[in-house]
Amino acid sequence: MKRFINRHPSRGTALFLGLLPFVLLVVLYAVASDVRLTENPNDKLLPSFTTLGETIHRLAFEPSKRSGDIELWVDTWASLRRLGEGVGAAALIGLVFGVGLGALPLVRAGLAPFVASLSLIPPLALLPILFIVFGLEELSKVVLIVFGIAPVIVRSLQQRVQELPREQLIKAQTLAASTWQIILRVILPQVLPRLIDAVRLSLGAAWLFLIAAEAVAATEGLGYRIFLVRRYLAMDVILPYVAWITLLAYVSDLGLKQLSRLLFPWYHGKEGQA
Amino acid sequence: MKPRIKVNNLWKEYGDQVVLERINLEVPAGEFCTIVGASGCGKTTFLRLLLGEEAPTRGQILLDGAPLPAEPGPDRGIVFQRYSVFPHLTVLRNVMLGLELRAAPLMGRLFGSARREAREQARQMLDAVGLGQSLDKYPDALSGGMQQRLALAQSLVMQPEILLLDEPFGALDPGIRADMHQLVRKLWRENDLTVFMITHDLKEGFSLGTRLLVFDKLRHDPQAPQAYGAGITYDLPVERAGQRELAEIAAEVAESEALMSSEACSVEQSKNRGMNP
Repeated sequence: MKRFINRHPSRGTALFLGLLPFVLLVVLYAVASDVRLTENPNDKLLPSFTTLGETIHRLAFEPSKRSGDIELWVDTWASLRRLGEGVGAAALIGLVFGVGLGALPLVRAGLAPFVASLSLIPPLALLPILFIVFGLEELSKVVLIVFGIAPVIVRSLQQRVQELPREQLIKAQTLAASTWQIILRVILPQVLPRLIDAVRLSLGAAWLFLIAAEAVAATEGLGYRIFLVRRYLAMDVILPYVAWITLLAYVSDLGLKQLSRLLFPWYHGKEGQA
Repeated sequence: MKPRIKVNNLWKEYGDQVVLERINLEVPAGEFCTIVGASGCGKTTFLRLLLGEEAPTRGQILLDGAPLPAEPGPDRGIVFQRYSVFPHLTVLRNVMLGLELRAAPLMGRLFGSARREAREQARQMLDAVGLGQSLDKYPDALSGGMQQRLALAQSLVMQPEILLLDEPFGALDPGIRADMHQLVRKLWRENDLTVFMITHDLKEGFSLGTRLLVFDKLRHDPQAPQAYGAGITYDLPVERAGQRELAEIAAEVAESEALMSSEACSVEQSKNRGMNP
Protein backbone atom coordinates (compact mmCIF):
# COMPACT_ATOMS: atom_id res chain seq x y z
CA MET A 1 0.00 0.00 0.00
CA LYS A 2 1.45 3.31 -1.08
CA ARG A 3 1.45 6.29 1.23
CA PHE A 4 -1.54 8.58 0.86
CA ILE A 5 0.59 11.47 -0.41
CA ASN A 6 1.67 9.26 -3.32
CA ARG A 7 -1.75 8.09 -4.37
CA HIS A 8 -3.14 10.00 -7.35
CA PRO A 9 -6.69 9.62 -8.67
CA SER A 10 -7.30 8.58 -12.27
CA ARG A 11 -9.18 11.02 -14.51
CA GLY A 12 -12.49 9.31 -13.88
CA THR A 13 -11.98 9.13 -10.14
CA ALA A 14 -10.91 12.77 -10.04
CA LEU A 15 -14.07 13.79 -11.90
CA PHE A 16 -16.21 11.70 -9.58
CA LEU A 17 -14.53 13.11 -6.45
CA GLY A 18 -14.89 16.63 -7.82
CA LEU A 19 -18.61 16.25 -8.47
CA LEU A 20 -19.32 14.46 -5.21
CA PRO A 21 -19.66 17.52 -2.92
CA PHE A 22 -22.03 19.18 -5.40
CA VAL A 23 -24.19 16.10 -5.62
CA LEU A 24 -24.17 15.73 -1.84
CA LEU A 25 -25.24 19.35 -1.41
CA VAL A 26 -28.15 18.92 -3.82
CA VAL A 27 -29.27 15.69 -2.15
CA LEU A 28 -28.98 17.23 1.30
CA TYR A 29 -31.01 20.22 0.16
CA ALA A 30 -33.69 18.02 -1.42
CA VAL A 31 -34.09 15.97 1.75
CA ALA A 32 -34.14 18.97 4.07
CA SER A 33 -36.60 20.83 1.86
CA ASP A 34 -38.85 17.78 1.71
CA VAL A 35 -38.83 17.36 5.46
CA ARG A 36 -39.75 21.01 6.06
CA LEU A 37 -42.44 21.08 3.39
CA THR A 38 -44.21 17.94 4.67
CA GLU A 39 -44.32 19.62 8.06
CA ASN A 40 -45.57 22.94 6.71
CA PRO A 41 -46.50 23.24 3.01
CA ASN A 42 -46.20 27.05 3.21
CA ASP A 43 -42.61 26.99 4.42
CA LYS A 44 -40.54 29.53 2.46
CA LEU A 45 -37.09 28.77 3.74
CA LEU A 46 -36.17 25.78 1.55
CA PRO A 47 -38.46 25.80 -1.49
CA SER A 48 -38.83 22.57 -3.46
CA PHE A 49 -37.09 22.09 -6.80
CA THR A 50 -40.44 22.46 -8.55
CA THR A 51 -41.00 25.87 -6.97
CA LEU A 52 -37.43 26.88 -7.75
CA GLY A 53 -37.89 25.76 -11.37
CA GLU A 54 -41.12 27.73 -11.75
CA THR A 55 -39.56 30.84 -10.24
CA ILE A 56 -36.48 30.57 -12.45
CA HIS A 57 -38.71 30.21 -15.50
CA ARG A 58 -40.71 33.28 -14.47
CA LEU A 59 -37.59 35.36 -13.78
CA ALA A 60 -35.63 34.35 -16.83
CA PHE A 61 -38.25 34.01 -19.55
CA GLU A 62 -41.45 35.88 -18.65
CA PRO A 63 -41.78 39.68 -18.70
CA SER A 64 -42.42 41.06 -15.24
CA LYS A 65 -46.03 42.10 -14.68
CA ARG A 66 -44.93 45.34 -13.06
CA SER A 67 -42.37 46.63 -15.57
CA GLY A 68 -42.74 44.42 -18.63
CA ASP A 69 -39.01 43.60 -18.56
CA ILE A 70 -37.51 40.17 -18.06
CA GLU A 71 -36.06 40.76 -14.61
CA LEU A 72 -33.14 38.35 -14.58
CA TRP A 73 -31.65 39.76 -17.77
CA VAL A 74 -32.18 43.37 -16.78
CA ASP A 75 -30.53 42.70 -13.44
CA THR A 76 -27.70 40.71 -14.98
CA TRP A 77 -26.97 43.33 -17.61
CA ALA A 78 -27.01 46.17 -15.09
CA SER A 79 -24.70 44.35 -12.69
CA LEU A 80 -22.28 43.11 -15.32
CA ARG A 81 -21.98 46.58 -16.81
CA ARG A 82 -21.13 48.11 -13.46
CA LEU A 83 -18.72 45.31 -12.70
CA GLY A 84 -17.08 45.52 -16.13
CA GLU A 85 -16.66 49.28 -15.96
CA GLY A 86 -15.32 49.16 -12.42
CA VAL A 87 -12.91 46.30 -12.99
CA GLY A 88 -11.79 47.72 -16.34
CA ALA A 89 -11.04 51.12 -14.85
CA ALA A 90 -9.28 49.52 -11.88
CA ALA A 91 -7.16 47.35 -14.21
CA LEU A 92 -6.13 50.39 -16.25
CA ILE A 93 -5.25 52.38 -13.13
CA GLY A 94 -3.44 49.35 -11.77
CA LEU A 95 -1.39 48.96 -14.91
CA VAL A 96 -0.40 52.62 -15.24
CA PHE A 97 0.43 53.18 -11.58
CA GLY A 98 1.79 49.69 -10.96
CA VAL A 99 4.29 49.99 -13.80
CA GLY A 100 5.12 53.59 -12.89
CA LEU A 101 5.72 52.73 -9.24
CA GLY A 102 7.61 49.57 -10.04
CA ALA A 103 9.83 50.88 -12.81
CA LEU A 104 10.65 54.44 -11.80
CA PRO A 105 12.32 55.03 -8.41
CA LEU A 106 11.32 58.70 -8.47
CA VAL A 107 7.62 57.88 -8.89
CA ARG A 108 7.93 55.22 -6.22
CA ALA A 109 9.47 57.64 -3.76
CA GLY A 110 6.67 60.11 -4.42
CA LEU A 111 3.63 57.85 -4.53
CA ALA A 112 4.26 54.55 -2.72
CA PRO A 113 3.43 55.78 0.82
CA PHE A 114 0.33 57.52 -0.51
CA VAL A 115 -0.93 54.42 -2.32
CA ALA A 116 -0.19 52.27 0.73
CA SER A 117 -2.30 54.62 2.88
CA LEU A 118 -5.13 54.72 0.34
CA SER A 119 -5.29 50.94 0.24
CA LEU A 120 -5.85 50.83 4.00
CA ILE A 121 -9.10 52.84 3.87
CA PRO A 122 -12.01 50.39 4.10
CA PRO A 123 -13.86 51.06 0.83
CA LEU A 124 -17.30 50.42 2.30
CA ALA A 125 -16.71 53.20 4.81
CA LEU A 126 -16.42 55.51 1.82
CA LEU A 127 -19.74 54.42 0.34
CA PRO A 128 -21.75 57.28 1.92
CA ILE A 129 -19.20 59.78 0.64
CA LEU A 130 -19.38 58.28 -2.84
CA PHE A 131 -23.18 58.50 -2.80
CA ILE A 132 -23.01 62.12 -1.67
CA VAL A 133 -20.36 63.11 -4.20
CA PHE A 134 -21.33 61.02 -7.22
CA GLY A 135 -25.06 60.66 -6.62
CA LEU A 136 -27.06 57.49 -6.31
CA GLU A 137 -26.71 56.56 -9.98
CA GLU A 138 -24.22 54.31 -11.74
CA LEU A 139 -21.08 56.32 -11.13
CA SER A 140 -20.93 55.87 -7.37
CA LYS A 141 -21.21 52.08 -7.69
CA VAL A 142 -18.48 51.92 -10.30
CA VAL A 143 -16.24 54.20 -8.24
CA LEU A 144 -16.75 51.97 -5.20
CA ILE A 145 -15.51 48.96 -7.16
CA VAL A 146 -12.55 50.93 -8.49
CA PHE A 147 -11.69 52.20 -5.07
CA GLY A 148 -12.03 48.76 -3.59
CA ILE A 149 -9.78 46.84 -5.94
CA ALA A 150 -7.48 49.31 -7.73
CA PRO A 151 -5.03 49.74 -4.80
CA VAL A 152 -4.59 45.98 -4.55
CA ILE A 153 -3.94 45.69 -8.29
CA VAL A 154 -1.53 48.64 -8.22
CA ARG A 155 0.51 47.15 -5.40
CA SER A 156 0.50 43.69 -6.85
CA LEU A 157 1.73 44.93 -10.23
CA GLN A 158 4.32 47.16 -8.62
CA GLN A 159 5.67 44.11 -6.87
CA ARG A 160 5.69 42.07 -10.07
CA VAL A 161 7.64 44.81 -11.86
CA GLN A 162 10.17 45.00 -9.04
CA GLU A 163 10.56 41.24 -9.14
CA LEU A 164 11.78 41.32 -12.74
CA PRO A 165 15.43 40.26 -12.64
CA ARG A 166 17.85 43.18 -12.48
CA GLU A 167 19.76 41.40 -15.24
CA GLN A 168 16.93 41.93 -17.71
CA LEU A 169 16.80 45.68 -17.18
CA ILE A 170 20.58 45.97 -17.50
CA LYS A 171 20.54 43.81 -20.61
CA ALA A 172 17.87 46.01 -22.19
CA GLN A 173 20.03 49.06 -21.54
CA THR A 174 22.96 47.42 -23.28
CA LEU A 175 20.59 46.93 -26.22
CA ALA A 176 20.22 50.72 -26.43
CA ALA A 177 16.78 50.85 -24.80
CA SER A 178 15.48 54.14 -23.37
CA THR A 179 13.30 54.21 -20.24
CA TRP A 180 10.21 54.41 -22.42
CA GLN A 181 11.34 51.49 -24.58
CA ILE A 182 12.14 49.38 -21.53
CA ILE A 183 8.64 49.99 -20.20
CA LEU A 184 7.06 49.34 -23.60
CA ARG A 185 8.98 46.26 -24.71
CA VAL A 186 10.35 44.65 -21.56
CA ILE A 187 8.15 45.51 -18.58
CA LEU A 188 4.68 45.94 -20.03
CA PRO A 189 4.49 42.65 -21.97
CA GLN A 190 5.76 40.77 -18.93
CA VAL A 191 3.27 42.28 -16.48
CA LEU A 192 0.18 41.97 -18.69
CA PRO A 193 -0.38 38.29 -17.78
CA ARG A 194 0.21 39.24 -14.17
CA LEU A 195 -2.41 41.95 -14.54
CA ILE A 196 -4.87 39.27 -15.57
CA ASP A 197 -3.86 37.24 -12.51
CA ALA A 198 -4.40 40.25 -10.28
CA VAL A 199 -7.79 40.97 -11.83
CA ARG A 200 -8.84 37.35 -11.37
CA LEU A 201 -7.92 37.50 -7.71
CA SER A 202 -9.80 40.75 -7.16
CA LEU A 203 -13.00 39.69 -8.93
CA GLY A 204 -14.38 38.29 -5.69
CA ALA A 205 -13.86 41.61 -3.94
CA ALA A 206 -15.34 43.45 -6.94
CA TRP A 207 -18.57 41.40 -6.65
CA LEU A 208 -18.66 42.12 -2.94
CA PHE A 209 -18.50 45.87 -3.48
CA LEU A 210 -20.97 45.71 -6.35
CA ILE A 211 -23.59 43.86 -4.34
CA ALA A 212 -23.05 46.07 -1.32
CA ALA A 213 -23.57 49.20 -3.42
CA GLU A 214 -26.62 47.74 -5.14
CA ALA A 215 -28.12 46.67 -1.84
CA VAL A 216 -27.96 50.24 -0.55
CA ALA A 217 -29.21 52.16 -3.56
CA ALA A 218 -30.24 50.85 -6.98
CA THR A 219 -33.29 50.28 -9.12
CA GLU A 220 -32.05 47.11 -10.77
CA GLY A 221 -29.15 44.68 -10.47
CA LEU A 222 -28.51 41.25 -9.05
CA GLY A 223 -27.62 42.56 -5.59
CA TYR A 224 -30.57 44.93 -5.61
CA ARG A 225 -32.98 42.06 -6.37
CA ILE A 226 -31.66 39.80 -3.64
CA PHE A 227 -31.97 42.49 -1.01
CA LEU A 228 -35.38 43.57 -2.34
CA VAL A 229 -37.01 40.14 -2.09
CA ARG A 230 -35.34 39.41 1.24
CA ARG A 231 -38.24 41.33 2.83
CA TYR A 232 -40.65 38.68 1.55
CA LEU A 233 -38.40 35.81 2.55
CA ALA A 234 -38.42 34.83 -1.14
CA MET A 235 -35.78 32.14 -0.99
CA ASP A 236 -37.05 30.85 -4.33
CA VAL A 237 -35.61 34.04 -5.88
CA ILE A 238 -32.57 34.50 -3.67
CA LEU A 239 -31.16 31.00 -4.09
CA PRO A 240 -31.23 30.99 -7.93
CA TYR A 241 -29.76 34.51 -7.95
CA VAL A 242 -26.90 33.47 -5.71
CA ALA A 243 -26.28 30.42 -7.89
CA TRP A 244 -26.39 32.62 -10.99
CA ILE A 245 -23.89 35.11 -9.52
CA THR A 246 -21.62 32.23 -8.63
CA LEU A 247 -21.84 30.89 -12.16
CA LEU A 248 -21.10 34.33 -13.65
CA ALA A 249 -18.09 34.70 -11.36
CA TYR A 250 -16.85 31.24 -12.29
CA VAL A 251 -17.24 31.84 -16.02
CA SER A 252 -15.50 35.22 -15.92
CA ASP A 253 -12.59 33.71 -13.99
CA LEU A 254 -12.33 30.85 -16.46
CA GLY A 255 -12.59 33.27 -19.38
CA LEU A 256 -9.72 35.39 -18.06
CA LYS A 257 -7.60 32.29 -17.50
CA GLN A 258 -8.17 31.11 -21.07
CA LEU A 259 -7.51 34.61 -22.42
CA SER A 260 -4.19 34.66 -20.61
CA ARG A 261 -3.21 31.26 -22.04
CA LEU A 262 -4.16 32.40 -25.51
CA LEU A 263 -2.36 35.75 -25.39
CA PHE A 264 0.70 34.82 -23.32
CA PRO A 265 1.77 31.28 -24.11
CA TRP A 266 5.27 31.98 -22.78
CA TYR A 267 3.86 32.84 -19.34
CA HIS A 268 2.21 29.49 -18.93
CA GLY A 269 5.51 27.72 -19.33
CA LYS A 270 6.15 24.46 -21.00
CA GLU A 271 2.52 23.40 -20.97
CA GLY A 272 1.75 26.20 -23.45
CA GLN A 273 3.94 24.85 -26.23
CA ALA A 274 4.93 21.58 -27.82
CA MET B 1 47.88 53.01 -29.64
CA LYS B 2 45.33 54.26 -27.13
CA PRO B 3 44.04 51.55 -24.83
CA ARG B 4 40.37 50.65 -25.21
CA ILE B 5 39.94 50.54 -21.44
CA LYS B 6 42.10 52.43 -19.01
CA VAL B 7 41.50 52.23 -15.28
CA ASN B 8 43.13 54.92 -13.12
CA ASN B 9 43.58 54.29 -9.40
CA LEU B 10 40.08 52.91 -8.94
CA TRP B 11 38.50 52.46 -5.50
CA LYS B 12 35.08 51.16 -4.67
CA GLU B 13 33.67 51.36 -1.16
CA TYR B 14 30.27 50.61 0.31
CA GLY B 15 30.06 52.56 3.55
CA ASP B 16 33.16 51.54 5.51
CA GLN B 17 33.64 48.35 3.52
CA VAL B 18 36.36 48.65 0.92
CA VAL B 19 35.72 46.27 -1.96
CA LEU B 20 38.31 47.35 -4.51
CA GLU B 21 41.41 49.43 -4.01
CA ARG B 22 44.12 50.88 -6.19
CA ILE B 23 43.14 49.22 -9.43
CA ASN B 24 45.23 50.33 -12.40
CA LEU B 25 44.81 48.65 -15.72
CA GLU B 26 45.26 49.22 -19.41
CA VAL B 27 43.57 46.94 -21.86
CA PRO B 28 44.15 47.38 -25.61
CA ALA B 29 41.41 46.62 -28.12
CA GLY B 30 41.06 42.97 -28.99
CA GLU B 31 42.27 41.61 -25.65
CA PHE B 32 40.41 38.70 -24.06
CA CYS B 33 40.75 39.12 -20.28
CA THR B 34 39.68 36.40 -17.91
CA ILE B 35 39.17 37.47 -14.32
CA VAL B 36 39.54 34.98 -11.51
CA GLY B 37 39.62 35.27 -7.74
CA ALA B 38 38.03 34.02 -4.55
CA SER B 39 34.31 34.63 -4.16
CA GLY B 40 33.56 37.95 -2.56
CA CYS B 41 36.79 39.56 -3.76
CA GLY B 42 35.14 42.16 -5.97
CA LYS B 43 35.30 40.55 -9.41
CA THR B 44 31.63 41.18 -10.04
CA THR B 45 31.87 44.68 -8.58
CA PHE B 46 34.63 45.41 -11.08
CA LEU B 47 32.44 44.17 -13.92
CA ARG B 48 29.55 46.31 -12.71
CA LEU B 49 31.82 49.32 -12.75
CA LEU B 50 32.83 48.53 -16.34
CA LEU B 51 29.16 48.11 -17.17
CA GLY B 52 28.34 51.50 -15.69
CA GLU B 53 25.80 50.00 -13.32
CA GLU B 54 27.83 51.34 -10.41
CA ALA B 55 30.05 54.39 -10.08
CA PRO B 56 33.60 54.24 -8.65
CA THR B 57 34.15 55.85 -5.26
CA ARG B 58 37.51 57.17 -6.39
CA GLY B 59 39.45 57.05 -9.64
CA GLN B 60 38.01 56.66 -13.09
CA ILE B 61 37.55 54.34 -16.02
CA LEU B 62 38.27 55.60 -19.51
CA LEU B 63 36.73 54.04 -22.58
CA ASP B 64 38.72 54.98 -25.70
CA GLY B 65 40.14 57.93 -23.75
CA ALA B 66 36.77 59.34 -22.63
CA PRO B 67 35.21 58.82 -19.19
CA LEU B 68 32.90 55.81 -19.14
CA PRO B 69 29.19 56.72 -19.30
CA ALA B 70 27.54 56.38 -15.88
CA GLU B 71 24.94 53.87 -17.08
CA PRO B 72 24.89 50.75 -19.26
CA GLY B 73 24.87 51.35 -22.99
CA PRO B 74 25.06 49.59 -26.35
CA ASP B 75 28.86 49.90 -26.59
CA ARG B 76 29.23 47.33 -23.79
CA GLY B 77 27.37 44.05 -24.22
CA ILE B 78 26.74 41.78 -21.26
CA VAL B 79 25.92 38.14 -20.66
CA PHE B 80 25.04 37.18 -17.10
CA GLN B 81 25.01 33.71 -15.62
CA ARG B 82 21.20 33.75 -15.79
CA TYR B 83 18.23 35.93 -16.76
CA SER B 84 19.97 37.54 -19.72
CA VAL B 85 17.21 36.75 -22.21
CA PHE B 86 13.62 37.91 -22.31
CA PRO B 87 11.16 35.12 -21.53
CA HIS B 88 8.25 36.77 -23.37
CA LEU B 89 10.02 36.90 -26.72
CA THR B 90 10.87 34.06 -29.07
CA VAL B 91 14.49 33.33 -29.87
CA LEU B 92 14.39 35.34 -33.09
CA ARG B 93 12.64 38.30 -31.46
CA ASN B 94 15.07 38.29 -28.56
CA VAL B 95 17.85 38.97 -31.06
CA MET B 96 15.80 41.40 -33.15
CA LEU B 97 14.96 43.43 -30.04
CA GLY B 98 18.19 45.43 -29.93
CA LEU B 99 17.99 46.29 -33.62
CA GLU B 100 14.39 47.38 -33.22
CA LEU B 101 15.09 49.48 -30.13
CA ARG B 102 17.97 51.26 -31.83
CA ALA B 103 16.03 52.08 -35.00
CA ALA B 104 12.60 52.91 -33.54
CA PRO B 105 12.87 55.19 -30.51
CA LEU B 106 9.13 55.69 -30.08
CA MET B 107 7.53 52.35 -30.87
CA GLY B 108 10.47 50.05 -30.23
CA ARG B 109 9.24 48.00 -33.19
CA LEU B 110 10.06 47.84 -36.87
CA PHE B 111 7.67 47.29 -39.76
CA GLY B 112 7.89 46.38 -43.41
CA SER B 113 11.27 46.18 -45.10
CA ALA B 114 13.19 47.48 -42.08
CA ARG B 115 11.68 44.63 -40.09
CA ARG B 116 12.65 42.09 -42.74
CA GLU B 117 16.20 43.40 -42.71
CA ALA B 118 16.45 43.17 -38.92
CA ARG B 119 14.99 39.69 -39.07
CA GLU B 120 17.58 38.62 -41.62
CA GLN B 121 20.42 40.09 -39.56
CA ALA B 122 19.15 38.38 -36.43
CA ARG B 123 18.81 35.10 -38.28
CA GLN B 124 22.44 35.25 -39.44
CA MET B 125 23.60 35.98 -35.90
CA LEU B 126 21.58 33.02 -34.61
CA ASP B 127 23.06 30.77 -37.28
CA ALA B 128 26.51 31.85 -36.11
CA VAL B 129 25.80 30.71 -32.54
CA GLY B 130 24.10 27.51 -33.69
CA LEU B 131 20.51 28.40 -32.89
CA GLY B 132 19.29 28.58 -36.49
CA GLN B 133 16.88 25.71 -35.87
CA SER B 134 15.12 27.21 -32.84
CA LEU B 135 13.99 30.61 -34.08
CA ASP B 136 10.38 30.38 -32.91
CA LYS B 137 10.94 28.76 -29.52
CA TYR B 138 10.53 30.63 -26.27
CA PRO B 139 13.63 30.71 -24.00
CA ASP B 140 11.85 28.50 -21.47
CA ALA B 141 11.99 25.67 -24.00
CA LEU B 142 15.78 25.99 -24.42
CA SER B 143 18.48 24.25 -22.41
CA GLY B 144 20.82 26.33 -20.26
CA GLY B 145 23.58 26.22 -22.89
CA MET B 146 21.21 27.28 -25.64
CA GLN B 147 19.95 30.17 -23.53
CA GLN B 148 23.53 31.39 -23.10
CA ARG B 149 24.07 31.08 -26.87
CA LEU B 150 20.96 33.19 -27.32
CA ALA B 151 22.21 35.75 -24.81
CA LEU B 152 25.49 35.99 -26.74
CA ALA B 153 23.70 36.44 -30.07
CA GLN B 154 21.45 39.07 -28.53
CA SER B 155 24.44 41.11 -27.38
CA LEU B 156 26.62 40.64 -30.44
CA VAL B 157 23.99 41.68 -32.96
CA MET B 158 24.47 45.20 -31.55
CA GLN B 159 28.17 45.03 -32.50
CA PRO B 160 29.48 46.23 -29.13
CA GLU B 161 33.14 47.14 -28.72
CA ILE B 162 33.34 45.43 -25.38
CA LEU B 163 31.73 42.20 -24.28
CA LEU B 164 31.35 41.57 -20.54
CA LEU B 165 30.72 38.01 -19.38
CA ASP B 166 29.74 37.40 -15.75
CA GLU B 167 30.34 33.69 -15.13
CA PRO B 168 28.42 32.94 -18.32
CA PHE B 169 29.04 29.19 -18.20
CA GLY B 170 28.92 28.75 -14.44
CA ALA B 171 25.59 26.91 -14.56
CA LEU B 172 26.43 24.64 -17.50
CA ASP B 173 27.58 21.01 -17.70
CA PRO B 174 31.31 20.52 -18.37
CA GLY B 175 30.74 19.05 -21.85
CA ILE B 176 28.58 21.93 -22.96
CA ARG B 177 31.05 24.33 -21.41
CA ALA B 178 33.77 23.14 -23.79
CA ASP B 179 31.51 23.84 -26.77
CA MET B 180 30.77 27.27 -25.41
CA HIS B 181 34.48 28.03 -25.02
CA GLN B 182 35.01 27.35 -28.71
CA LEU B 183 32.01 29.47 -29.59
CA VAL B 184 33.15 32.42 -27.49
CA ARG B 185 36.65 32.29 -28.97
CA LYS B 186 35.18 32.19 -32.46
CA LEU B 187 32.85 35.12 -31.80
CA TRP B 188 35.65 37.09 -30.17
CA ARG B 189 37.87 36.72 -33.26
CA GLU B 190 35.16 37.30 -35.81
CA ASN B 191 33.60 40.34 -34.15
CA ASP B 192 36.75 42.21 -33.16
CA LEU B 193 35.75 42.29 -29.50
CA THR B 194 37.46 43.24 -26.30
CA VAL B 195 36.26 40.69 -23.77
CA PHE B 196 36.20 40.70 -19.97
CA MET B 197 35.10 37.39 -18.57
CA ILE B 198 34.66 36.53 -14.91
CA THR B 199 35.01 32.87 -14.15
CA HIS B 200 35.01 30.68 -11.12
CA ASP B 201 36.65 27.89 -13.02
CA LEU B 202 40.41 28.46 -12.76
CA LYS B 203 41.14 26.15 -15.68
CA GLU B 204 38.79 28.22 -17.81
CA GLY B 205 40.55 31.38 -16.68
CA PHE B 206 44.00 29.94 -17.44
CA SER B 207 43.23 28.72 -20.92
CA LEU B 208 40.42 30.65 -22.56
CA GLY B 209 41.62 34.22 -22.93
CA THR B 210 44.77 36.10 -23.83
CA ARG B 211 45.30 37.74 -20.48
CA LEU B 212 44.68 36.63 -16.93
CA LEU B 213 43.70 39.03 -14.14
CA VAL B 214 43.68 37.70 -10.59
CA PHE B 215 41.75 39.66 -7.96
CA ASP B 216 42.76 39.22 -4.35
CA LYS B 217 43.26 41.18 -1.18
CA LEU B 218 46.69 42.70 -0.88
CA ARG B 219 46.43 43.31 2.82
CA HIS B 220 44.50 41.56 5.54
CA ASP B 221 43.40 42.87 8.91
CA PRO B 222 41.92 39.96 10.88
CA GLN B 223 40.21 42.39 13.28
CA ALA B 224 38.51 44.34 10.49
CA PRO B 225 38.25 42.25 7.34
CA GLN B 226 36.29 44.95 5.55
CA ALA B 227 39.00 47.58 5.98
CA TYR B 228 41.01 46.55 2.94
CA GLY B 229 39.75 45.87 -0.55
CA ALA B 230 40.99 43.61 -3.29
CA GLY B 231 43.40 44.61 -6.00
CA ILE B 232 44.86 42.93 -9.04
CA THR B 233 47.56 40.55 -7.75
CA TYR B 234 48.50 38.97 -11.06
CA ASP B 235 48.18 40.41 -14.53
CA LEU B 236 49.85 38.20 -17.09
CA PRO B 237 49.53 37.03 -20.67
CA VAL B 238 48.04 33.56 -20.67
CA GLU B 239 50.28 31.93 -23.27
CA ARG B 240 53.47 32.99 -21.49
CA ALA B 241 52.34 31.92 -18.04
CA GLY B 242 54.15 28.75 -16.98
CA GLN B 243 52.58 25.78 -15.26
CA ARG B 244 54.34 26.68 -12.03
CA GLU B 245 52.91 30.16 -12.01
CA LEU B 246 49.41 28.89 -12.64
CA ALA B 247 49.68 26.33 -9.84
CA GLU B 248 50.89 29.09 -7.55
CA ILE B 249 47.90 31.27 -8.45
CA ALA B 250 45.47 28.40 -7.94
CA ALA B 251 46.91 27.78 -4.48
CA GLU B 252 46.68 31.45 -3.55
CA VAL B 253 43.12 31.77 -4.69
CA ALA B 254 42.15 28.69 -2.67
CA GLU B 255 43.96 30.05 0.38
CA SER B 256 42.28 33.42 0.04
CA GLU B 257 38.91 31.72 -0.34
CA ALA B 258 39.47 29.83 2.92
CA LEU B 259 40.70 32.95 4.67
CA MET B 260 37.73 34.98 3.53
CA SER B 261 35.18 32.44 4.65
CA SER B 262 36.82 32.23 8.08
CA GLU B 263 36.87 36.03 8.26
CA ALA B 264 33.21 36.11 7.33
CA CYS B 265 32.65 33.70 10.23
CA SER B 266 34.56 35.80 12.69
CA VAL B 267 32.64 38.90 11.59
CA GLU B 268 29.41 37.01 12.18
CA GLN B 269 30.63 35.91 15.58
CA SER B 270 31.65 39.38 16.66
CA LYS B 271 28.29 40.68 15.47
CA ASN B 272 26.53 38.03 17.50
CA ARG B 273 28.64 38.84 20.52
CA GLY B 274 27.76 42.49 20.09
CA MET B 275 24.11 41.62 20.17
CA ASN B 276 24.32 39.54 23.34
CA PRO B 277 26.52 41.45 25.80
